[in-house]
Amino acid sequence: MSDMIYRIRDLRLDFPDMTRKPLFGPAPRIEVLKGLGFDIPRGDVVGIVGSSGSGKSTLGRAMLRLLEPSHGSILFEGRDITHLPESALRPLRRKFQMIFQDPMSSLNPRLTVGTIIAGPLRLHGFDDLGRRVGRALDHVGLPEAMRHRYPHELSGGQRQRVGIARAIALEPDFILADEIVSGLDVSSQAQVLNLLETLVRELGLTLAFISHDLSVIRRLCKRVIVLHRGEIVETGDTAAVFRAPKAACTRELIEAIPLPDPNQTWA
Amino acid sequence: MADARTFVSRRAGLRLWLSGGWLVLLTLAAVLAPFVSPQDPLAQDLFAARLPPFWQAGAEAGFPLGSDSLGRDVLSRIIYGARVALIVAVIAGTLTCLIGATLGLVAGYFGGWPDLVISRLVDIWMAFPPVLFAILLIAVLGTGLSSIIIAIVVIDWTRFARVVRAEAMRQAAMDYVASAQVAGRSRAGTMLREILPNVLPTILVLLTLEMGIAVIVEAILSFVNLSISTDQPTWGGMIAEGRLSIYQAWWVLVFPLVALFLTVLSFSQLGEGLKDRFDPVLR
Repeated sequence: MSDMIYRIRDLRLDFPDMTRKPLFGPAPRIEVLKGLGFDIPRGDVVGIVGSSGSGKSTLGRAMLRLLEPSHGSILFEGRDITHLPESALRPLRRKFQMIFQDPMSSLNPRLTVGTIIAGPLRLHGFDDLGRRVGRALDHVGLPEAMRHRYPHELSGGQRQRVGIARAIALEPDFILADEIVSGLDVSSQAQVLNLLETLVRELGLTLAFISHDLSVIRRLCKRVIVLHRGEIVETGDTAAVFRAPKAACTRELIEAIPLPDPNQTWA
Repeated sequence: MADARTFVSRRAGLRLWLSGGWLVLLTLAAVLAPFVSPQDPLAQDLFAARLPPFWQAGAEAGFPLGSDSLGRDVLSRIIYGARVALIVAVIAGTLTCLIGATLGLVAGYFGGWPDLVISRLVDIWMAFPPVLFAILLIAVLGTGLSSIIIAIVVIDWTRFARVVRAEAMRQAAMDYVASAQVAGRSRAGTMLREILPNVLPTILVLLTLEMGIAVIVEAILSFVNLSISTDQPTWGGMIAEGRLSIYQAWWVLVFPLVALFLTVLSFSQLGEGLKDRFDPVLR
């Protein structure tokens, strides 16, 4: 098995721009990802950062093949999934999972927590669902009794833990976390991040962490990819990028982090 | 503590009991009509014509809600009329719901060309004036119970299709649908297992509303004598006959009208009540 989880080359993705669509004929295409290339080795925790509109969420959804790229290639564990049809993707989907930004919207309000976590397991033919659900809840620090609750009965932080439990229950090779703490208050943010750090260590997860907040990335990720307007402007070790940011927009993102003492520097 | 949730559930409870109570009563009366109705609904007795209801002077025992110009008992005719009304409500309502909701769900979730076809069909359908459409259909199909049901289904499926489509579109944009795709659920599976449960409360409300509408449509058609044969009592037919003698015998018109009103109201309130009861977010 290849030790590269993801190998992405010249990834492009465009959408029709409906605001500039002429009365007749097709809408002009607007390119959101403009030729991205990077690798994610197994066991890596990589941060994908950028201001809003930089294409980071689109990149994430393309990596999970919720969107189909228009150009380039995505190799997942050596296998080209760029244009695989949904039916061929389905058996592979267990291996790359996602945690969504808004846990209220990403958990079906009519299902209990237990059903939400067991659903994907059942689809992929896992047995012993009850025990697996219990273990997943245990991993994310939720009591066993939570499985009978509905999402609206939980707090924001608890909901996000359910989202994490659903992803790790499938024992995936890769997890994408898309802005998973941006909807939470500061203390729940810290708890979810602590949890993620622990899980990365204990389960040896390969993780891509999308965020607009560099302080979150700094804490969690060894490596960072900075996106700006659909292009990679900077990539490297998180520490090195913080010490000497090359691109102007990276500096802006670093300066956007509120410091306890405004005159202090990161070095 | 009296927070908004307990307030909603208590009010929903009362609504559910009152509307459900009336419909259960009506259903029992309709099913047991031969045993509970005081008279034969078709028996004419000109010596007992235009008897007033029981609390007025000149009322006769055995005619609690009075009798019409031909001496037929009003209560018995309402009870037998409930049979037609309820059969039409349940069968036409359910069929309309199945067809309309299925098309709406497919259009709303799948989008693309299924949506295009179904939406255009709905647009075209809605350009027909419904009452004329119904009369035309009955004229072609001939009168009878099945014709009424077919007419209602053919005309009213758009009501479900439109609303369910909009709701399914709203749900399809939610992240739990994307997460079902990430989990590897098929499109059809996502529609049935993830979206349908979230659209179900809307469908339920529409279904009971449609049952009320079916009762009204049947009454309208029997009012203009386009329902089932005239020797079978229907509420609409009674209202039409009562209209002719409104100054001499108001009760022939008013009692079937009250039964119609209560039934339609109960159906719509039942839907609202059930929706509140089965919504885990409100419960």
